[in-house]
Amino acid sequence: MVEAFRRAGFETCADLCAVDYLTHPGRTLPEGVRAERFEVVVNLLSLSLRQRVRVRVQVPESDPVVASLVDSYPGVDAMEREAFDMVGIIFEGHPDLTRILMPEDWEGHPLRKDYGVGNVPVQFKEAPGPR
Amino acid sequence: MSEPTVRAIERDELLVAETSEGDQELQRRENTSTSELSREIGAVLPSNDLHIDPMSIDVERRDDETMIINMGPSHPSTHGVLRLMLELDGEYVLRCKPVIGYLHTGMEKTAEELSYIQGATNVTRMDYLSPVINELNYSLAVEMLLGIEVPERAVWIRMMMSELNRMSSHLVWMATNGMDLGSTSMMIYGLRERELILAFFEKTAGLRLNLNYVRPGGVAADLPDGWKDDVAVICDTIDERTYEYDQLLTGQPIFRERMVGVAPITAEEALSLSVTGPVLRSTGVPWDLRRTMPYLAYDQVEFDVIVGTYGDNFDRYAIRLNEIRESIRIVRQCAERMPSGDYRSQDPKVTPPPRARIGESMEALIHHFKLFTEGFHVPVGEVYSAVESPRGEIGCYLVSDGSAKPYRLHVRGPSFVNLQAIPLLMRGGSVSDAITTVSTVDPVLGEVDR
Repeated sequence: MVEAFRRAGFETCADLCAVDYLTHPGRTLPEGVRAERFEVVVNLLSLSLRQRVRVRVQVPESDPVVASLVDSYPGVDAMEREAFDMVGIIFEGHPDLTRILMPEDWEGHPLRKDYGVGNVPVQFKEAPGPR
Repeated sequence: MSEPTVRAIERDELLVAETSEGDQELQRRENTSTSELSREIGAVLPSNDLHIDPMSIDVERRDDETMIINMGPSHPSTHGVLRLMLELDGEYVLRCKPVIGYLHTGMEKTAEELSYIQGATNVTRMDYLSPVINELNYSLAVEMLLGIEVPERAVWIRMMMSELNRMSSHLVWMATNGMDLGSTSMMIYGLRERELILAFFEKTAGLRLNLNYVRPGGVAADLPDGWKDDVAVICDTIDERTYEYDQLLTGQPIFRERMVGVAPITAEEALSLSVTGPVLRSTGVPWDLRRTMPYLAYDQVEFDVIVGTYGDNFDRYAIRLNEIRESIRIVRQCAERMPSGDYRSQDPKVTPPPRARIGESMEALIHHFKLFTEGFHVPVGEVYSAVESPRGEIGCYLVSDGSAKPYRLHVRGPSFVNLQAIPLLMRGGSVSDAITTVSTVDPVLGEVDR
């Protein structure tokens, strides 16, 4: 579907982010779309039409995998890595899906709603030895 | 308790273990997949002609002839804590991978714990060189969800302040870019001119950086007495000084030698990498949200969108210099046409009552108490607002669940996205040009890492 938008003149993917709807009381979705825990939001931009389009993809909690957009829009590379790092969405086909903002050995995905604020003791690396 | 000595080898291993970022780092070629490799050399679209087969270039070099080195995270020319890993063949860059996250403070998570009024103090710290524009973007998103209109004077004050901020941000860029190229006098001059603007910010909002001036519903305070004279002095001084910069840098042969034709990017590459702002405009694409998707009252003022031709470092320099002049034009028009009236919305559910009213009116006291303990509730919904920051499109995706705190706040940082163009820009250039290139992309690491 995103590829169809690209052919329709949406040259740029302005933004991609993921939202965790775990504790949200309810959102309006079109008829026939089943609400899932995660949502990946893609903002496409057309320079020629001067229009924006927002694509919201429902991603189930049990299998948080969506297809990567890197082949259509190489600019989503870092944004998909951020969504993976922060919310734990897995983008299939991404060349280098690693953490981008958090340290490599971090556990959990901080922007999930069940990730408690201040509950995790922060120790960024092993305590340094004497020098 | 502690061991008396650690042998030198162990200490090296310990250092690596302490600082390693694992797969986030640039790996040796045999450990890198083809698709990853193609990103690191800056190949863009596999589906059209821009594709470069990563295996077809540099194949004659063996790994032991090239060198992977670190630049950063603490390096004076990386504008913060950007860490670049470069694969070098002698003096030339073969591959590059930015490693970021050293300034990550979880501001998007913090935003979920702050009320909508407090949120402005949070977002203003993201892109610390253009605080007003961050706040503006956040406030526009909140106002779109609330469905309130701000008074006309507030709109024009916001516009004038964001243009002043754009000037100050570009001046810092001119200064640091000058210093990266060895022109220490430009460093002093750029910061000297910025000081004028920061002094005006202090007079208006009380703070020099991180103003918390633009808030949902309007701005925090009216413009101070005599603001017109201050603004006129700022405009006249900086306008005159930009011509001094022309003499100092634009026509100077050494400067041109370093900038002209270095690190070019084409429009197709820039668009597919989602690059915005001066980097996109340097390729000749006239895309400026102020003109193409006007917000505030930008459709009522006259200004030109500056575009380049070649997409090289010099174009990006020239665009920023001329955007300072365009901003001066807009500020002058704002000062001339500033309407009178309220500087913030009079909706008591959003705007705190004036201090003096609290003592006399019970209702004002209640509103004040409600606003500062609980905050105002925002209807359920989701919205994306975007404005043009000095670095490109800054977007704010805001999801509300009907409570007094944002459910999710996502900020699309232009520097974060523009950083992806760095491998492409650097490939084949020398290390000294790499430093200029990082500088002309102008990343602000507070916004990259958020």
